[in-house]
Amino acid sequence: MIRKREVKNVSEEILNVSNISISFLQYTRGLRQNLLKVITDLTLNISSGEVIAVLGSSGSGKSLLAHAILGILPKNAQLSGEIKYKGEILDQKRKEELRGKEIALIPQSVNFLDPLMKVSDQVIGEVEDEEDKKRKKAHQREVFEKYGLSEEVDDLYPFQLSGGMARKVLVSTALLTNPKLVIADEPTPGLDDKAIEETLSHIRKMADDGVGVLLITHDINAALKVADKVAIFYSGYVIEIANVGDFSGDGERLKHPYTHALYNALPQNGFKLYKGHQPLHGEIPVGCVFNSRCPHPTESCVMVNPDLMEIGGTYVRCNKYQQSNLYG
Amino acid sequence: MENEKLVGFAGKKALKLISLLVFVSLFSFWLVEQSPIDPVRAYVGEMAISPEHKAQLEEYWGVNVPPQEKYFNWAVNILQGNFGTSLIYKRPVIDVILERFSVSLVLMATSWLISGILGFILGVIAGMKRGTLMDKIIKTYCYILAATPTFWLALLLLMVFSVYLGWFPIGLSVPIGATADNVTIFDWLYRLILPAVTLSLLGVAQIAMFTRKKLIEVLSSDYVLFAKARGEKGLDLVLRHGVRNIALPAITLQFLGFSELFGGAILVEQIFSYPGIGQATVQAGLSSDVPLLLGIVLFSAIFVFTGNLIADIIYEFVDPRIRQQEAAQ
Amino acid sequence: MSSATATLKKGLFLGLNLRQKTILIISLTSILLFGILISSLILGGEALPTNFGSKNLAPSLAHPFGTDWMGRDMFIRTVEGLGLSLIVGFVASSLSTILAIVLGIFSSLSKKTDAFVSWLVDLFLSIPHLLFIILISIGLGGGVVGVIAGVALTHWTSLTRVVRAEIKQLKTQEYIHISSKMGKSKLWIAIKHMMPHLIPQILVGVILMFPHAILHEASVTFLGFGLSPHEPAIGIILSESMKYLAAGYWWLAFFPGLSLLIVVLAFDMIGDNIGLLMDPKSAHD
Repeated sequence: MIRKREVKNVSEEILNVSNISISFLQYTRGLRQNLLKVITDLTLNISSGEVIAVLGSSGSGKSLLAHAILGILPKNAQLSGEIKYKGEILDQKRKEELRGKEIALIPQSVNFLDPLMKVSDQVIGEVEDEEDKKRKKAHQREVFEKYGLSEEVDDLYPFQLSGGMARKVLVSTALLTNPKLVIADEPTPGLDDKAIEETLSHIRKMADDGVGVLLITHDINAALKVADKVAIFYSGYVIEIANVGDFSGDGERLKHPYTHALYNALPQNGFKLYKGHQPLHGEIPVGCVFNSRCPHPTESCVMVNPDLMEIGGTYVRCNKYQQSNLYG
Repeated sequence: MENEKLVGFAGKKALKLISLLVFVSLFSFWLVEQSPIDPVRAYVGEMAISPEHKAQLEEYWGVNVPPQEKYFNWAVNILQGNFGTSLIYKRPVIDVILERFSVSLVLMATSWLISGILGFILGVIAGMKRGTLMDKIIKTYCYILAATPTFWLALLLLMVFSVYLGWFPIGLSVPIGATADNVTIFDWLYRLILPAVTLSLLGVAQIAMFTRKKLIEVLSSDYVLFAKARGEKGLDLVLRHGVRNIALPAITLQFLGFSELFGGAILVEQIFSYPGIGQATVQAGLSSDVPLLLGIVLFSAIFVFTGNLIADIIYEFVDPRIRQQEAAQ
Repeated sequence: MSSATATLKKGLFLGLNLRQKTILIISLTSILLFGILISSLILGGEALPTNFGSKNLAPSLAHPFGTDWMGRDMFIRTVEGLGLSLIVGFVASSLSTILAIVLGIFSSLSKKTDAFVSWLVDLFLSIPHLLFIILISIGLGGGVVGVIAGVALTHWTSLTRVVRAEIKQLKTQEYIHISSKMGKSKLWIAIKHMMPHLIPQILVGVILMFPHAILHEASVTFLGFGLSPHEPAIGIILSESMKYLAAGYWWLAFFPGLSLLIVVLAFDMIGDNIGLLMDPKSAHD
C-alpha cells in the first residue's frame, strides 16, 4: 500500500463527467452501417489531489473516456453528455486549448511516441523560436532529472528506451506543463512489479501535489494501491463508484453485486470466479445490464435500467438500492 | 557488421544485374529473330530492287546468318564494349544511345523532379484536409489523370500551345537551320517545356495518391494522436510528424517509377519530335534495326535496375526504422 | 461529436447511403461500357461510308465528333475503335489473368517454384512495359496477335503477386493444414480451397487490369507496332490525326482520346467500387 500524504491544498472539483455516451458509426461487410454504442452512461467526478480509478476489462472502451475529455475521438465517433472542467463546460475548442497544458495524458506505451524523432525534441512540443526552444528544453531537462532520467535519454529514439525508461519518459512528459488534471491510460501492462510500484508512486505523488488523476486500468490491484475512489466499469456503464477503503474484509461495504464478485475473484480473496461474461458491445440487453449474472435480481431488473445513485458519498447503479430508497 | 552487410548486398545486386542482362538479351534477341518482318523489305518499301542489291542489303542486315551465331557474335562484342553499328543511323550504337539518352535524361529528370515535388505537396495537402473540397478536387484530378492516355494529353497540349496559341514550336529540339553551336540554352529549354509538362502532369497522380494515403495512415497513428493530446495541431503537427514519416517511402516510390518514366518518354518524344532515346526506340523498332534495338533494351534494363537499386538502398540503409528493427534483434 | 450520419446523406446522391451509391455507380458505368461494345459490334459490319463532300467537318449536330479527311463520321469511327479496344483488352486481360492464376498457384507449391516465379516477375518487370510490348509485337509481326500477346505477357505480374500473397496468407489457415494432413495434394488444396477465397480479389484485379491493357494497346498501336492502319483502332485514329493537327482539325484527336479516357475511367470506377463493396475497411474513406 502506497502511503498517502496529507493533501495540502484545498480540494476543488476539477472534472465533472455526466452521462457520457460514445457511439461509433461502423461499416461492416458490403458497406452496411452499424451504430455501435461503446459507452452508454458514464458519470464521475474528480477533485484536485484525488486519484479516481476507472476499472474495467481490457477492450471495454475505457480509453475512449480519456479521448473524449481530450477531444481526440475519431471522426466517426458520436459523443453525448456533458464534461465540465473546473465548472465550465468543455466544448471541442476549449478541449483543444486545455490539452497538453492543463489537462495531460500519460499514454499506454512507447508506441505513442514518434519513432523518427528524438525524445527531447518531441516531448517539448511545438516551439515558436530558438528562445522558446531553449526555455522549453531547459524545463524539460529539469523535470526529467527529477524522474531519474539522465541527459543521454534526451537524444535517444523511442525504440532505444528500455521499458522502465519509457515509462518514466511518458510520466514526466505529462508533467512538463504543470497540468491540473492528468489522465493515466493503462499505465501498468507489461511492467514488472518494481516498475509498477514506481509508476504508481509517481501517480500518487502527483495527486499529493494537488493534481487530479484519472487512472484508467484493468489492474485491480494497481487501482486499489493508489486510488482514492474506484469507478467500476461494466458493459459501457459505471455501475459503482466506491471508496478504496471499502475494498476490505469480505467486501461487505461494496454495494453492487458485480463489484462484490470482482473483489472476491481476486487471488488473495479466494479466486472465486463468476460464470458468464460481460455483454459485448452489440449485445447490451434492455434493463439492468448485469441482470443475467446477478445473484439477487428483482422483478424490475429485467426491464428497468437503474440510474447511478448517490448513497453517502459513493454511487451505485442497482435496482436493489433504488427500491430500498423508495421505501425509505 | 555494417561492412559485411554492404559487401553482401553489393555482391547480390551485381549478380542479379548480370543474370538479368543475360536473360533479357537472350529473350529480346530471340523475339527479334522470330520476327516475320523482313528488314530488307521494311527498309526498301515498295521499291523494286535488283537481286544483287537485295543480296547486298541482306548481308548488311545479317538476314542469312544463323541466329546462334548472330547472338554469339553480338554477345562477344558486347562484352568487349562493342554494341555494333546502328543500321539506320549508320553510327556506333553506343554513340547513338549515349547521345540520345543524355537528351532524354534532361526530359526525364525534369519531369521526375517536378512530378515528385508537386505530387508530394498535393498529397500532403489532400491528406491534411481529408474529406474537404480541396481533397476531393485533388483526388478527382489524380483519378482522371491516372486514366488519361499519355499520348492524347501530349496531343492536346501540342494543339493548344503550339498550334492554337503558337507559343511553342511543333517539333525538333533545335530550330531548323541552326547548328548545334548557335542554339542557346533558352532555345533548348523552350522545346523541353511541353514534353516535360506532359510527363510531369501524368507523374503527379501516382505520387500524390500515395503520399495522401501514407499521410492519412500517419495521421491516424498512435503517436500523432498523442501529439494532438499534447496540444500540437495544424500544419505544425503535420510538418513535425507527418512529413518526416512519409518522405522516405515517397522518395522510394519515385525511384521505383523509372520504368514508367521511360515508357512515357517514348510516347512523348514521338509526339513532340524530341530526339531522345524514346524516339530512337520507335525508329529502331519500325525499321528492325536490331543492333540499336538490342542496345536500347539492355540500356533500359540497366536504367530500370538503377532506379530499383536506389530504392533498395534507401530501404536497407537509410530508413531508420529498418535500422531500428535490426537494433532490436 | 461528429455528424457522420449527416454527411452521408449530403452530396450528389441525396438519401442514398454509401452502399447504394456504390452499386449505382457500378451499374451506370457497366451500362455505358456494354452500350459501347454492342454499338460497335452492330456498326462494325458495314464499311464506314466515305463522303468526300463532307471532309474535315468540325463537330455539329449531324456529326457530333466531326468528320475526317475521308468524310467519315468520327463518332462512328470512335465507337468502333472503342469496341475494338474493349475486345482486344478483354482478350489480352483474360490471357493475362489465366497466366497470373497459373503462376500464382504454381508459386505456392514449393519454395523452389516460388523463387522461380519471383524471378520471372522480376525479369518481366526489368524493362519498361511499352518497350517489352514493342519487342513482342515485332517478334510476332505486329498486328492484333502481336498486341494481344504483348499486353498479355506484361500485365500478369501484379495480379500474380496478389494471388501469391493471398495464397501465402491462406496457407497459414488451419483448414488448409488439416486438408494437407488428410493427404490431399497441394494442387488439389490450391484449387478446391483457395480459389473460392481468391475469386473476389482476382475479379477486382482483372477489372482494374483492363484499363491498363487498353491504354497500352492504344499506345502501342499509336506508335505503329500494333493494329494495322486498316482497322479503326483508337491508336490509329489518333496517330493519323497528328498529320492534321497543324491544320487545326482538333476534333480528330480530341474526341477519340476523350472517349478512351472515359472508357478507362469507367473500368477504374467499377473495379474500385466492387473493391469497396467487398472490403469494409476501405469504405471508411
